Amino acid sequence: MSVIQVEQLTKRYGDVLAVDGIDFTVAQGQTVGLLGGNGAGKTTTIAMLLGLLIPTAGRIRILGHDMATNRFAALARMNFSSPYVSLPHRLTVRQNMRVYGNLYNVRGLDRRIAELSAELDLGAILDRPAGQLSAGQKTRVALAKALINRPEVLLLDEPTASLDPDTGDLVRSWLERYRTETGCTILLASHNMAEVARLCSHVLMLKKGRVVDSGSPEALLARYEREDLEEVFLDIARDRRQAVDA
Amino acid sequence: MTAAARRVWGLMYRHLALYRSSWPRLLELAYWPILQMCIWGFTASFLASRMGSGTGALAAAALLGGVLLWEVTLRSQMGMSISFLEEIWSRNLGHIFVSPLRPSEMIVALIGMSIIRMLLGVVPAILLAWAFYAFNLFALGPVLVLFFANLMIFGWAVALSVVSLVLRHGAGAEPLAWGVLFGLAPFSAVFYPVSVLPMAVRWIAWLLPTSHVFEGMRGVLMHQEVLWAHLAAAFALNIVWLCGAVALFNWQFRQARISGALVSMGE
Repeated sequence: MSVIQVEQLTKRYGDVLAVDGIDFTVAQGQTVGLLGGNGAGKTTTIAMLLGLLIPTAGRIRILGHDMATNRFAALARMNFSSPYVSLPHRLTVRQNMRVYGNLYNVRGLDRRIAELSAELDLGAILDRPAGQLSAGQKTRVALAKALINRPEVLLLDEPTASLDPDTGDLVRSWLERYRTETGCTILLASHNMAEVARLCSHVLMLKKGRVVDSGSPEALLARYEREDLEEVFLDIARDRRQAVDA
Repeated sequence: MTAAARRVWGLMYRHLALYRSSWPRLLELAYWPILQMCIWGFTASFLASRMGSGTGALAAAALLGGVLLWEVTLRSQMGMSISFLEEIWSRNLGHIFVSPLRPSEMIVALIGMSIIRMLLGVVPAILLAWAFYAFNLFALGPVLVLFFANLMIFGWAVALSVVSLVLRHGAGAEPLAWGVLFGLAPFSAVFYPVSVLPMAVRWIAWLLPTSHVFEGMRGVLMHQEVLWAHLAAAFALNIVWLCGAVALFNWQFRQARISGALVSMGE
């Protein structure tokens, strides 16, 4: 069953075609990676999936809800994390969790905050202002915010950007565990190829707003005859090699 | 509590928690109304001493009543506009607008914050006027509630228009949050009757609910008479202004979702 269905999704800003008629589906429990260089259309695609942007054309259905007409029903069952969007930095971590717990109508909010605090090791920072946290701590708090409503769909925009390898690995492990335990569907935009190879069962390669290739990481490596996804990414971004079956 | 009420409370809690952790913000709420009351209080005392007890006392009362009621409009408008701007300054809009919070619920939460901020700002100034200048605003009687309601509604209408412009034009429109209402003050007849204005601009004054409220305030202060026609006009105009502001907000919110302004503003 497809949890995310995207048909002929297009976004145009004046003369600029940011997303050019892309189609894809994401099945329940699947983690799909959105890969592409800067300006490829990843963030624009995620913004349309979240309802922040109205598409110029095309259709998005998430969890069976048409995002053009019934986005709030889907948004209540989704969540989002990005290092480029902050939480109010004067509020403590606990206060931020309360704010979002209420916005997402979480039942047993204190218990949920305690669960997330234990699972993401937030106990020592729960009553500290969000603005005083290190990058790694902020990422864990952002993840806690994204999981506060036990989302069935999680959209992640470069979730481990600017993290040290240890913290990045912790976040990836946690995401893997959450998906295994809950069957959550994850769409991940990232520039970290190792992360995509580890987490994603399917990858969409975006370039100039179009899906130029897709498949499992293993299939892409085989098609481009490469050892790692970074080389595949460069092959596509620089047009330096075609897939052998192309 | 219903899901909608919890979402409204969630956004209000975000602002209340901010004030709880920042005493300068709390102080700032009362600082300007108190400062205004001090300046105009002394001015009114001076005028009353020069004009004699009868006319002077009435002029002083009209002046202080005008100052306090104008603060109701101003603080209601700024309370709503600045609560919205806080989300932009903390780069939090991206999270707010991808949550299930409806735009209408956001407006309700901003109105709630506007009422709290207005009361925290204006009540100390009212007490100051009573303690230092022997001016009791509550002597206007129960009609004061209707004056407050009209002035707050107009403040919200102006604030929603400012928020709409910020949605459309981004940070460049932020100064309007502080300045826009001052531009309407001369036409609102805060300290003088509309009849003082040049004939050519009186129609502007009569289109503003505020001018009807201040005419009503002077009616009560000077003639102990409630001018119901002015109050009815203020309510009717407020309905038009508020509906117009909500329509503008909805239109600009949609435009921001088309142009991508929400994405750039949210990060």
